[in-house]
Amino acid sequence: MCNRVRKFGLGVLVSVLLMATAAVVSATELTMYYPVAVGGPLTTIVDGIVADFMKENPDVKVKAIYAGNYNDARIKALAALKSGQPAQLSVMFSIDIYELIEQDAIIAFDDVVETDAEKAWLDSFYPSLMENGRTAGKTWGIPFQRSTIVMYYNKDAFRAAGLDPDKPPASWDELVAAGKKLTQSDGSQWGVMIPSTGYPYWMFGALTMQNGQVLMNGDGNTTFYDHPDVVGALQFWKELGDKHGIMPKGTIEWGTLRQNFLEGKTAIMWHSTGNLTAVKKNAKFDFGVAMLPASKRRGTPTGGGNFYIFKKTTPEERKAAMRLIKFMTSPQRSAEWSMKTGYMGVSPAAYETQQLKAYVKEFPYAAVARDQLEYATAELSTYQTGRVRKLLDDAIQAALTGSKTPEAALTEAQAQADRLLKPYR
Amino acid sequence: MQTNTSKHIHGWLLLMPAAILLIAFTHYPTVATIVNSLFSKGTAIRPSRFVGLANFERMLDDPIFWKVLANNGWFALGTIPTSIALAIVMALFVNRSLPGRSLVRMAYFTPTILPMIAVANIWLFFYTPDIGLVDQIASGLGFSGHNWLGDPRTVLPAIMVMTIWKEAGFFMIFYLAAMQNVPPELEEASKLEGASRWYYFRRVMFPLLMPTTLFVLINAVLNSFKLVDHLFVLTKGGPDNASNLLLYYIFETAFSYFETHFAAALTVVLLLLLAAMALLQFFVLDKRVHYR
Repeated sequence: MCNRVRKFGLGVLVSVLLMATAAVVSATELTMYYPVAVGGPLTTIVDGIVADFMKENPDVKVKAIYAGNYNDARIKALAALKSGQPAQLSVMFSIDIYELIEQDAIIAFDDVVETDAEKAWLDSFYPSLMENGRTAGKTWGIPFQRSTIVMYYNKDAFRAAGLDPDKPPASWDELVAAGKKLTQSDGSQWGVMIPSTGYPYWMFGALTMQNGQVLMNGDGNTTFYDHPDVVGALQFWKELGDKHGIMPKGTIEWGTLRQNFLEGKTAIMWHSTGNLTAVKKNAKFDFGVAMLPASKRRGTPTGGGNFYIFKKTTPEERKAAMRLIKFMTSPQRSAEWSMKTGYMGVSPAAYETQQLKAYVKEFPYAAVARDQLEYATAELSTYQTGRVRKLLDDAIQAALTGSKTPEAALTEAQAQADRLLKPYR
Repeated sequence: MQTNTSKHIHGWLLLMPAAILLIAFTHYPTVATIVNSLFSKGTAIRPSRFVGLANFERMLDDPIFWKVLANNGWFALGTIPTSIALAIVMALFVNRSLPGRSLVRMAYFTPTILPMIAVANIWLFFYTPDIGLVDQIASGLGFSGHNWLGDPRTVLPAIMVMTIWKEAGFFMIFYLAAMQNVPPELEEASKLEGASRWYYFRRVMFPLLMPTTLFVLINAVLNSFKLVDHLFVLTKGGPDNASNLLLYYIFETAFSYFETHFAAALTVVLLLLLAAMALLQFFVLDKRVHYR
């Protein structure tokens, strides 16, 4: 009995070793996890790009594994790391950066790049897309599938209400004024809907930025939840429902909002650029896409996934990973990716490619997200990010449903966030 | 003597497959969870260390923990009696001869076959303000739309209704099977004695169904703590934790906040709760159940 077990174990060991050596001899093997957070055949697109890469680089073998949503991807990558069968690189949520640094899981790109050309490559992306990937003076994430929030509006409804369909509201006051004209008193059409489930902190990041205040510092160890301008932003969000009556009271569901817009139940919605292709396909009315309106300034957080390289890698694997990342974020590939998905091109050069130029000319709304980048800021991301984010989510929902005042809810959230973040200062 | 030893070995070998599975996937994880609950969160910079009962002390101070526990209590109270009562009524209904009986039986059982995630996706659109089915029916009757899942007062009841709809059909199957085992002579006898239908149900049928009721009750209680799939789709526990349940909070703590040790402590509480309730049902209720 015992002997047989030993023999079996030995057999397994030998075959594992054989496989390992075989891999070393033939090519550098890379395992990459990637998430998909919006609908559509995104996995086939990623697989296609990876296949193209392997055709051009026969000495590198890439295993791209679809890992569910952002949460799943992070869990799987970290679990693989702990089990000793780590991935070498992965696409993960841009806001996972502090968690990954704290787990000592990733390596900064500054420690991987060698030549001056590569160092320059780090600066070739849109700076606001790099904000979530940089902290403590180093670059940890390279933008790949990135988005912002934009305002979708129903031009037919604008015409019916006597508004100029080519002049979407550009300020909070104009939004309220237009919303009042668009709202039907029988509840058949609302003026505006801003989703407050799923990712309330993300939408709120846009409102606070417009009100002139970011939610956290660049080191990820301080939040500004109780800043007067942040409180003012939540007050405004709440008043859209309470005071102005142009948005339903209570929370608004993220998942069904697009359907509400497509059925004409709301004339304006704020949503991710990731919905652009779906709205374009399904809207039976004339619709427009615009930048979010301004209070003191325009503003939106960025969102989406970055490339990370893991620490448990050999120098060869890091080099190969760099080649793959460079390939997938190159202007040509980024342009292709943007057209197929609705995500943004990650560098100015991507929008200079022939293909994307032609696409933007034919469908100008594809460029709204890019133009808005100028006003964009990082997505909420701190140490202990899950809990710190949930504190804000709960505060927003408590204020919107009327169980607490915006000021009380945010002051409470800030006090708890301070307690969580104190050890990191 | 020799045969005795080989008999022992034989016995243990027969036991082994089940024992290995149970130990690997039930007993070891349970013990590991209890051990883990006594340690602090570890990171690369600050490794995990033994903290005794600190995680449990923190739980006492955690308002969200108390909130999800209370929610879970209401959820259990709201779903279990109603779905059991509904299951009995439905079973009584389809236990008689009526045209299209198997069709009705199937219709009652359909919600059980559907995966919870699919069900939740359907109900998400039922509950959508203004355009959802619920509001469309309500507006036909002259009521104005309501934000069912966005209002902390209605979100938990809304989820309970969906759960009852999903569970009642499942429990009905057990009652139906039990009812078909009740000898028809009993009904004939009580008819001869002049007992009303209600009296027959109350004094004859229902007591005979008690073993089934106990089984269903245990299942229903466990399910009310175990089933949280719909929360991922419907509300994510919101708004402001108004629909958050204990198991979903455990998931959030472990995989969103990465506080696996605090999550382990919460799991221990859940385990104790479930064990206490199962024991209560077995030892207190079992005495009052009449087995034939």
